[in-house]
Amino acid sequence: MAYDKFTTLTSTAVPLPIENVDTDQIIPARFLKATTRDGFGDNLFRDWRYNGDNTPKTDFVLNNPIYKGKILVGGKNFGSGSSREHAAWAVYDYGFRCVVSSFFADIFKNNCLNIGVLPVQISAEFSNEIFEAIYADANTELEVNLEAQTITLLSSGTQESFDINGYKRENMLNGFDDIDYLQNMKSEIETFTESRPF
Amino acid sequence: MSKTLFDKVWDSHVVRNIEDGPDVLYIDRHLIHEVTSPVAFVGLKSRGLSVLYPERTFAVADHNTPTINQHLPVEDPLSANQLKTLEDNANQYGISHWGLGHQNNGIVHVVGPENGITVPGATIVCGDSHTSTHGAFGAIAFGIGTSEVEMVLTTQCIMQPKPKKMRISVNGALSKGVTPKDVGLYIISQLTTSGATGYFVEYAGDVFENMTMEGRMTVCNLSIEMGARGGMIAPDEKTFDYIKGRPKTPKGADWDKAMKYWETLKTDDAAVFDKELTFSASDIEPMITYGTNPGMGMGISNNIPSADAVEGGKATYDKSLAYMGYAENEQMIGKKIDYVFIGSCTNGRIEDFRAFASIVKGRQKADNVTAWLVPGSHIVEAKIKEEGLLDIFETAGFVLREPGCSACLAMNDDKVPAGKYAVSTSNRNFEGRQGPGSRTLLASPLVAAAAAVTGVVTDPRELL
Repeated sequence: MAYDKFTTLTSTAVPLPIENVDTDQIIPARFLKATTRDGFGDNLFRDWRYNGDNTPKTDFVLNNPIYKGKILVGGKNFGSGSSREHAAWAVYDYGFRCVVSSFFADIFKNNCLNIGVLPVQISAEFSNEIFEAIYADANTELEVNLEAQTITLLSSGTQESFDINGYKRENMLNGFDDIDYLQNMKSEIETFTESRPF
Repeated sequence: MSKTLFDKVWDSHVVRNIEDGPDVLYIDRHLIHEVTSPVAFVGLKSRGLSVLYPERTFAVADHNTPTINQHLPVEDPLSANQLKTLEDNANQYGISHWGLGHQNNGIVHVVGPENGITVPGATIVCGDSHTSTHGAFGAIAFGIGTSEVEMVLTTQCIMQPKPKKMRISVNGALSKGVTPKDVGLYIISQLTTSGATGYFVEYAGDVFENMTMEGRMTVCNLSIEMGARGGMIAPDEKTFDYIKGRPKTPKGADWDKAMKYWETLKTDDAAVFDKELTFSASDIEPMITYGTNPGMGMGISNNIPSADAVEGGKATYDKSLAYMGYAENEQMIGKKIDYVFIGSCTNGRIEDFRAFASIVKGRQKADNVTAWLVPGSHIVEAKIKEEGLLDIFETAGFVLREPGCSACLAMNDDKVPAGKYAVSTSNRNFEGRQGPGSRTLLASPLVAAAAAVTGVVTDPRELL
């Protein structure tokens, strides 16, 4: 088993309605000097979260104690930029298990899926409704059901289904990763290698 | 059945197609560097796995290296440890390693093509989003995460859903002072940073046909900045001339055999793309960015657009301009700048330094500007010296540094201070990208040179 199983998650959510949140904001490059994957959560959104003298920026959502939970709701085009998996590790290490957005950048989405953080893509309208609901009541909960591929705003009952391919869904439900799968096709890969022209 | 260039290369690398799942894609060449590979080796060791084909992986130190005094020990202990970890892992698993000080060292996407690691029709990955650079040769090349680095190390494969296909054609002739960087920034400004997400791009049309290999690398490099996983250009005589005789390209009968395959690598006439976009070369002028993502670019003679003229929400737009210290409808020409950076996998090749030299020759660096000239590799550095460019730079008051990623992502000491403005030939102008609080204006080497000698944003056409 490579990571936590993901079945259903019911949680309050942290709102971050900024568009084009890039991986340099999620984890700035100067914090990529580690050789293990522990502790990145401390520097999640470092420069939005802390001033230059390391005091917290009180207007940033992660420093506002009324917003908490295992779900991060971001603006459109979340995770653009670099391929650094450290961004997904930071999201996970901070305690999020699911990121919701009306649009994800490709590599970030892939990286999340590879470490057991579920990216849930929803419509822009639903995204707005969720932001409004959280701002109206920070205790608003979302329910994410991977088996059924649905996300529900519990206060209103609004529900949408989301896309994930069957292979990845099974992996996440069981906590398997791609290496588990690839290891089982070694001989097929070795035969393929012999046919490569270079 | 008619196929695109992308289909031909992708389909020939599919080891297994999983129903309602990704393709198992074979990877011919794997590049690794010190920042995104250590945890992959940790994973591999913890599972008791080994590297399946070490001869298909190449380790290069570049992201976290100093650009002065490379002959001395690296001062920052964390950086030194990362570099040592890359070297130890490479040695342990029999992977070739071009570390700091090695004659072939440089930015991984510059040294790959220089040494013939990059060939047409190959699949090439690296834990770095600008791996798209190698698409200039008709390869499928894209950035991957560290979990995928581990997959490639242990199985030479990754699992990817096949992306959709987009063709971007630019036809006509580029005007004076318009470089491949401007073409890339122009396309991104038209598409936004998410306009090609989910797609793999093929660039077509006279502009790319007439472009040098180095220019094609600049354009393909920037593909990720419009959200595309990668971009590619069909190989032609220029491509074959560039790669022939390089250390790691096929030789003799192997070359002839490879050529037969490479000559088939073009999109069939009847092939269909999921999306087609066409632009006119004459609409492109030297570009500059004014905001905090690469899509926020404009012709240098224009004014900063107002919020209602751009896609996206006003709150995000206002936040971006506030960070930059700019306002809607302002001119960019004449804005004071503090730093100039020429280098990176986008614009760190010899042609970029020639372009920079063409403007600074006979002029002097402006007193208010700190300039970092960072070659993409030792090979580029040697050419700068051979061609007499170094003399031009030094006479004009510039210093040449040693190769590396440098101020593009500012992992090392090459950091732009908070609040300062940098005209940078790199690829990202995100908040704090070049150092906490830094403000980046992305531009071509010509625009960078014009800013370096005038101290303000200047239209390079006036100095050519």
